[in-house]
Amino acid sequence: METVSTDVAIIGAGGAGLRAALALAEAAPKLRIALISKVYPMRSHTCAAEGGAAGVIKPGDSLEQHFDDTVGGGDWLCDQDAVDYFIAEAPKELLQLERWGCPWSREPDGSVAVRPFGGMKLMRTWFAADKSGFHILHTLFQTSLKYPSIRRFDEYYATELLVDGACCRGLTAIEMRSGQMRRFDATAVILAGGGAGRIFPFTTNGAIKTGDAMAMAYRAGVPLKDMEFVQYHPTGLPNTGTLLTEACRGEGGVLLNKAGRRFLQDYGMGPETPRGHPVLKTMELGPRDRVSQAFWQEQKKGNMLPTQWGDCMLLDMRHLGEKTINERLPLVRDMSISYMGVDPVRDPVPVRPVVHYMMGGIHTDLRAATPLPGLFAAGECACVSINGANRLGSNSLTELLVFGRRAALSALDFVEQKNDARPLVAEADRAQAHLRELVQRTGGGETVAGLRKEMLQTMEEHAGIYRSGEGLGAACAKLAELRRRYRRIELHDKTNVYNTDLLQALELGSMLDCAEAVVQSAAARRESRGAHQRLDFPARDDRHFLRHSLATYDAGGPPRISYQDVVITKSQPGVRDYSGAHA
Amino acid sequence: MSERAVELEVLRYNPETDKEPHFQRYALSCPQEWVVLDVLNKIKESVDPTLSYRWSCHMAVCGSCGMMINGEPKLACKAFLRDYRGTIRVEPLRHFPIERDLVTVIDDFVAKLARVKPYLIPKEPPPEGAEYRQTPAQLKRYKQFTLCINCMLCYAACPEYGLIPKYLGPAAIALGHRWNRDSRDGGREARQEELAATEGAWECSFVGACSEVCPEHVDPAGAIQQVKIESTVDWYRAHLMPWTNKQK
Repeated sequence: METVSTDVAIIGAGGAGLRAALALAEAAPKLRIALISKVYPMRSHTCAAEGGAAGVIKPGDSLEQHFDDTVGGGDWLCDQDAVDYFIAEAPKELLQLERWGCPWSREPDGSVAVRPFGGMKLMRTWFAADKSGFHILHTLFQTSLKYPSIRRFDEYYATELLVDGACCRGLTAIEMRSGQMRRFDATAVILAGGGAGRIFPFTTNGAIKTGDAMAMAYRAGVPLKDMEFVQYHPTGLPNTGTLLTEACRGEGGVLLNKAGRRFLQDYGMGPETPRGHPVLKTMELGPRDRVSQAFWQEQKKGNMLPTQWGDCMLLDMRHLGEKTINERLPLVRDMSISYMGVDPVRDPVPVRPVVHYMMGGIHTDLRAATPLPGLFAAGECACVSINGANRLGSNSLTELLVFGRRAALSALDFVEQKNDARPLVAEADRAQAHLRELVQRTGGGETVAGLRKEMLQTMEEHAGIYRSGEGLGAACAKLAELRRRYRRIELHDKTNVYNTDLLQALELGSMLDCAEAVVQSAAARRESRGAHQRLDFPARDDRHFLRHSLATYDAGGPPRISYQDVVITKSQPGVRDYSGAHA
Repeated sequence: MSERAVELEVLRYNPETDKEPHFQRYALSCPQEWVVLDVLNKIKESVDPTLSYRWSCHMAVCGSCGMMINGEPKLACKAFLRDYRGTIRVEPLRHFPIERDLVTVIDDFVAKLARVKPYLIPKEPPPEGAEYRQTPAQLKRYKQFTLCINCMLCYAACPEYGLIPKYLGPAAIALGHRWNRDSRDGGREARQEELAATEGAWECSFVGACSEVCPEHVDPAGAIQQVKIESTVDWYRAHLMPWTNKQK
């Protein structure tokens, strides 16, 4: 097996992975960096983020207020020391991107512009029209080309972490062009592989978001934290799931039921605010969990608009006018026209909540370190946790910068203190043997498409916006069954070059592990908090569940669920108030 | 959702098992509102799991799914069935080596992109603890060139690139030019070596196909002509007004 020897290996070359690579290249020019991704960096899903990135910069705003919005928005499940660090680093990171040339939208005086976002009390979301993630990703990628020490391995699919006793020492990956397996010997590994939205059928997430990094850590014994918290973004196009950014509402768009009523006022987010003059942190600028839940309730009452793609609400932006829509929301207009045949300048756009983001992920601490020495994680695949039970829109782009850099500095520390890379030849050979067995297996009878379909149906039916003990029980049983059947999966394509049948089989393995962690964690959390709503336990229960769940992998059965206390430094759990009364 | 019959003729090539690329036909029924990518996904899922192609975002921003559709470079996620009649022919992007089926090798572009130094070479150090000031008008001078998603449609459309593979090509030139036009940047001279070289902008014969096929409405042809004008001005300055030459 060909091998690559490196100091730090980074898996994933989206926002978090690239930010980590840049931090390493700048801090230690002689360090050997391997940036490994199953896609070219510019294909990473960071490119699809639209609205912006939050960071305190404007006069009148303060770190304390960003802290309060984030912790309250997360229904007090955030670790407050992590939030403190995040909030303080946020403006520095956004400024750093500006200095790397990110084309942020500007005020007439040339300063960076900010826009309102859901759950935020003040305008603090930096943006580049409605392609903020795209511009962040391309700025980072192009800047990374300055550093020869960043050695890229584009279209390499990482399969397993190599772990020796209690230390991570590298990984195995398939070079997709040749189909050959490579061993990466690394002193430290940073996981930055993104979320797992594709475990649901209706999602804003691209095809690549299959939870590979999460699953890789999980199988290596690192717990997945708070996996039951899955964010539904309120406004997706109903046929394709394409995201229409929250900035639609930040700019003044409103949500209507089929009678034309701004129904959010009936779900604790009123009173109604003047159309076109959004008031922060209420009505359409409520947090995503509350808005998506209001949709569900309203749908139960029969107040939503039936369409061929299911019940929808209407996102009305007509009053913003063509000029504002073109300047601030050009992608939204283009997508609505192309995929729905609706021009938001002229007509309200039908939308419905869509799976968007995993608050949970690989268990990390404030230093972006996992419990496994030598293994770090950042971005959506990690859970540090600043997002708690519900992430505020525009915190995640900032998060991948802040913790991408933090993971890099921690990894560098680790490399400097403990430079004893050791090749794990036998472990890598075992990984290769597993892969061979999968490719050559015959007579198994199970197919990738078949199992994936059953998984998607299960998640849609039982792990959505509202859940029940009974439904989750059924989902747990189904996922256990699917994991068993996965061992009998049989490939049609047994060739080497760019074998996407194999790739999808491996991705399905990752998704099944992540999905099981979601439903098992959700079944164990007998309360309702943030994005996790239980019909059978409708109240928040701080006495028992002001804790993070930790799902620990078991090859032969369901994960073991344990709990860890939330770090509370200054904000005691309170009432989340998104009525206009707080104004 | 009204369904319609769709027939796709897809170029297949597996270097391990095929001597030559060949077409394979797939006939199936699909919703009228679908895009070609949706049809490929249905084939992959229910007809032929061996078909290989790249895709991810399904919203024309990741740039993965560029392919030739009825002879035109398109993103498969934005090629609507409603715009096609009869058999739809799907091939890998022209001018690139085929890695497998619809997957092409894009190493050439990736290497060229790095050569144009597509990053900020600051004109002056940033203000202490604050952002560079850049007015909306200054932003507008380069903004459209930042919208390139690296999808490679312009290379597939460019007749020059087909003839002269060493040509830097539309996207790489537009991206280099993007930084030259940024008010924060002072790196034009460092980029000129590549952009204004014979195999840079001067190779372009101004057919303009690149700008026509760009799914993001970037105008690489415009960028290339601007580079030519600017380098002509450089030449006249250096040769006719030598006293304006910068001290080196």
